[in-house]
Amino acid sequence: MLNVDIETCIGCKICERVCPFAAIIVEPETKKAKVLEGCTLCGTCVGACPVNALSIERKAVSEEEIALYKNVFIWGEWEKKEGKKVIKNVAFELLGKGKELTEKLGESLAVVLPGNDVGHLVPELFHHGADKVYLCEHELLEDYSTDGYTSVIASVIASEKPSIVLYGATPNGRDLAPRIAGRLALGLTADCTGLDINESRQLVQTRPAFGGNIMASILSPYTRPQMSSVRPNVFPKPEADVSKTGVLEEVEVTLKPVSIRTKIIEEIVYHEESINIEEANILVSAGRGIGSKDNLQYIEELAEAVNGTVSGSRPLVDLGWLPHPQQVGQSGKTVAPTLYIALGISGAVQHLVGMTSSDTIVAINKDKEAPIFEVADFGIIGDMFEIIPEFVKIIKEEQAKKAN
Amino acid sequence: MKIVILVKQVPEADKVAVDPETGTLIREGVASILNPYCEYALDQAAKLKKDNPELNIEVTAISMGPPQAKIALLRCLELGADKAYLLSDRKFAGSDVWATSTAIKEGIVGLEPNFDLILAGKQAIDGDTAQVPAETAEQLGVPQITYGVDVVINDKRVEVKRETETGYQILSTKMPALVTMSKGSNIRRIPSMQDVLEARKKPLKVVSADDLSIEESKVGLSASPTQVDKIFAPPSKSGGQTIDGSDPKAAARKLFDYLKENKFLRV
Repeated sequence: MLNVDIETCIGCKICERVCPFAAIIVEPETKKAKVLEGCTLCGTCVGACPVNALSIERKAVSEEEIALYKNVFIWGEWEKKEGKKVIKNVAFELLGKGKELTEKLGESLAVVLPGNDVGHLVPELFHHGADKVYLCEHELLEDYSTDGYTSVIASVIASEKPSIVLYGATPNGRDLAPRIAGRLALGLTADCTGLDINESRQLVQTRPAFGGNIMASILSPYTRPQMSSVRPNVFPKPEADVSKTGVLEEVEVTLKPVSIRTKIIEEIVYHEESINIEEANILVSAGRGIGSKDNLQYIEELAEAVNGTVSGSRPLVDLGWLPHPQQVGQSGKTVAPTLYIALGISGAVQHLVGMTSSDTIVAINKDKEAPIFEVADFGIIGDMFEIIPEFVKIIKEEQAKKAN
Repeated sequence: MKIVILVKQVPEADKVAVDPETGTLIREGVASILNPYCEYALDQAAKLKKDNPELNIEVTAISMGPPQAKIALLRCLELGADKAYLLSDRKFAGSDVWATSTAIKEGIVGLEPNFDLILAGKQAIDGDTAQVPAETAEQLGVPQITYGVDVVINDKRVEVKRETETGYQILSTKMPALVTMSKGSNIRRIPSMQDVLEARKKPLKVVSADDLSIEESKVGLSASPTQVDKIFAPPSKSGGQTIDGSDPKAAARKLFDYLKENKFLRV
């Protein structure tokens, strides 16, 4: 808890001003600081207090107990692409980051791979850095289910005692990870953008809050394993080394149909090519500034000219102008293409957090004050409905020149 | 039939920022609102009520937060909830996801133990973790369906259209169950004068940890596995060149040259 040394406090109100959670005030009557509900022990006020009147008292840790937990585990999420099961990119990205963490800890890296008939995915996991794979096969794991996957992964965690477990913050990852945390009474930090090990061998989990306006570092000091989810395209995918191999452990899975309480009645998949914005090289992205659904044709035309994929910001998806798998941003997907062209996107923080890792950002917007220009490598203040047709014309002329 | 809605009061997230010079939080003029995704859950409950008059659906909104979160619950009552409870106690202060879901679970067990369906927003716009509903479902031992966009009641089962990365799924599960909503009208509903007046007559009760016999050791900061170590401003990305596009032809040519120079074009 946060303690105020009443004798030392001078009532300067600096703590009140700096507190991110409005959880400390200087009472007008006493002119002394008082801690309120909502205090998260973030320590901001402790550092800001000019007279060192504030201190944090934390619970003692049982070092022996924590030392029992070793190794980094990753959920090996796979998906079906054109009928085939493939490991999702985010799982490879986590292997890359996981390797860094295990090297710092001097521990090993393992993948928990639940599924039905997924044994053929194991070698690729070794090639990307896994030292061990726990293969958990069962016919009831053919499709993702909250109950089936929680039960299998939670039991591997409980028996193997890893120190860290990482999940991709995909829709299913965000469905699964809190369920496991709930079952095992563990901490879980969602949507981390940074993971590191500190001098106390703890996992430092950095994540944005308040729509990306604030970054917070989170620790799980007293419980093990420490669990985090990470959005796709946040960490780079490691290079494969096909000579690498590892230990395969087949885990016996006992599941009954009644233990999976949610049934899939129907699955609707949109055209896969057009919606795979997370893996697209060039994205042409539209925002509210396009004004009407019909104006999407300008976006599509430009996408075709530069060989890109169409995506958009949240208002377009909410208005039903674009399907949700094409949404970029905090409540959509995180993308990192080599080129991101933002058209009529003002650049609210919720959108920016989903695309600022793009290599090059181009923006066209009428409003010169639009925040998107603060992150754009090349910005045009102008009318996209006039500029896009001219641009497409130039492309066509140049292509015709080349053909001749 | 009983529906419980889990709601949260949040600051208008995009107005909260860290001063990059001083590292302190700029909070002036930031209002508290009902989390928009929670409104989707309320919308869905109102729709279920309308579509299934024979079920006599009763909607209870539950929130955990400081006393001023009553304002968010009042809005729930204006938007169609029949009654509301605010779990508010100094003992809940500093709760992380685990401790929050523990308190909410105890609240549901104590206040609406015979619920059929729990609806929640998919995430709150301040923390964006999307974890509390799923951890609450796990603690209650009921199945969950996340990222719902439409919910239909079919006898003892609930059928949910769920957003996936590539499209949709229709999932079905037996009630009691918990469903999180990821979509709604996106238009903030304005309650009518009558809604506003009626809301003030509906029961809104503040409940403490003692009222629910929740042990202090199970909630709040000391029961929270995760702790905030520090808070800082995000690294800012510096912008590049910006050109005037009032001559569309010239601007298009400059864009073409820029993209060609950086090898994005195959011409």
